[in-house]
Amino acid sequence: MPEKLQGSVGPEQQFKNYLSEGKFMIQRCKSLNKFFFHPRVAFPGTGERDLEWVEASGIGTVHSTTCNRRLPERGGDFNLSLITLDEGPRMMARVEGIEPDKVEIGQKVKARISSLNGELAIIFDIL
Amino acid sequence: MKQNDINNLRGKTAVVGLAESGCGIASGWSAMEIMANSVHDALDDAGIKLNEVDGVFAATAFHSMAAMSLSEYLGIKPKFADGSQIGGSSFLSHILTAALALDVGLINVAVVAYGSNQKSIGGFKTISEAMPYEAQYEPRMPVTAYALAAKRYMHEFGASREDLANVAVSARDWALLNPRAYTYDKGPLTVEDVLSARPIVDPLGKLDCCLVTDGGAAVVMTRSDRAKDTKNTPIYLLGAAMEHHHRMVSEMPDLVRTSAIDSSQRAFKMSSYKATDMDTIQLYDAFTINTLLFLEDLGFCKKGEAIELVKNSNIGPSGSLKVNTNGGGLSCVHPGMYGLFVTLEAIRQLRNSAGDNVGERSDGGWIDNAKLSVAHGNGGVLSSQVTNVWGVSETL
Repeated sequence: MPEKLQGSVGPEQQFKNYLSEGKFMIQRCKSLNKFFFHPRVAFPGTGERDLEWVEASGIGTVHSTTCNRRLPERGGDFNLSLITLDEGPRMMARVEGIEPDKVEIGQKVKARISSLNGELAIIFDIL
Repeated sequence: MKQNDINNLRGKTAVVGLAESGCGIASGWSAMEIMANSVHDALDDAGIKLNEVDGVFAATAFHSMAAMSLSEYLGIKPKFADGSQIGGSSFLSHILTAALALDVGLINVAVVAYGSNQKSIGGFKTISEAMPYEAQYEPRMPVTAYALAAKRYMHEFGASREDLANVAVSARDWALLNPRAYTYDKGPLTVEDVLSARPIVDPLGKLDCCLVTDGGAAVVMTRSDRAKDTKNTPIYLLGAAMEHHHRMVSEMPDLVRTSAIDSSQRAFKMSSYKATDMDTIQLYDAFTINTLLFLEDLGFCKKGEAIELVKNSNIGPSGSLKVNTNGGGLSCVHPGMYGLFVTLEAIRQLRNSAGDNVGERSDGGWIDNAKLSVAHGNGGVLSSQVTNVWGVSETL
């Protein structure tokens, strides 16, 4: 008998499943009381496995931001940022609803679940 | 647990031959042909026969098993091979592995090689898988990652695009002295040229980004006892160390501090020299931000102070720091993975100074009395960092 994996699906699929239920969930290590992203099978660096999924507040701060230049016929310029969530972890995302080159480091943003190229994605709006 | 003294590796091996080939545009040549040609030229330079090579080290963006493919193409059966792929710094880590394998006697002659025809076949080539949690946002990798670091650097230290541009201007000034450089005859750059170049990913424009060229390179390494009897001046590996943390830029702990802080500290410690002892400084400048970060992380100045250090052409031919003296990835050559080219330049400067004929440069292109060089490699998105310290025999 092979050893069983914990849970019915892996953390990556679980994250996507939550998105399809309309929830932005991140993992927390219970013994360390620390959040992390991206989803993993154990806490990065020290390997604790007492993890739980918690709904993220969705509030974060722009840590860095770029405007990716793209020809209009290919969709035009778009924003790409690194967002530090209020819970601590950082993630890549886009900030929308503002000119892609007008996003600034330090701005507070709020997450929503949206569709990007046919897949669900976390997108941020300026708060 | 008893730990062996890693400093035992200091000076135990040397590069005794090197070559580059197909740099610029090599239409009609495959990546393998360019790589193999570089190996044969490097062996000719060393005066060592192909059938003596028993260690093969290679990585490319064209071959999933580069060391095996290269060995097959060369027609040899290595006793040890390593095709580890950690991006553009792979070759500097191959040099460390080769030194270990040579030192314990697994092998006697190692070649470290790279080849690419990316420009001829349509541009930047990668075999990287899509990054989970990033790819759906369509970052233009690797540029977007370096742009995120540059933007954060500007925010934290008050740097401007002009400060980044100074790096590109000095790199071009070096290239104008080097007939091997792709931009040798393209004239100088001004800060205004860099600022007005086509924007790619803000704040990086086209001239903040490295060249896209073809090209291959190889070095031949052997143990120092054998190196003394080869026909060129051996250049000794005095120190080598690596570190990496992240694969994805979203996982980078601090966008303005790289693992080069640690890799360089350990490499310099092994070498018994300091950053300020280096006569030439060869840094992996895939983008202008790299040079600022690595000058700081390798210890040439404090964090945030590279902004001042690169002003007034101070890292150009007339400056006090001899940085990227071939013209760098920005203005000399960049065939996708640049690590062997920082290595070649670090070693060529020392060999030229020792009297070997390693090519012509205009006045000021060769550094007088150069005895120590640092070669620093970067891979991925400011991810893998590998530092090698090279010296002539009197530095042993």
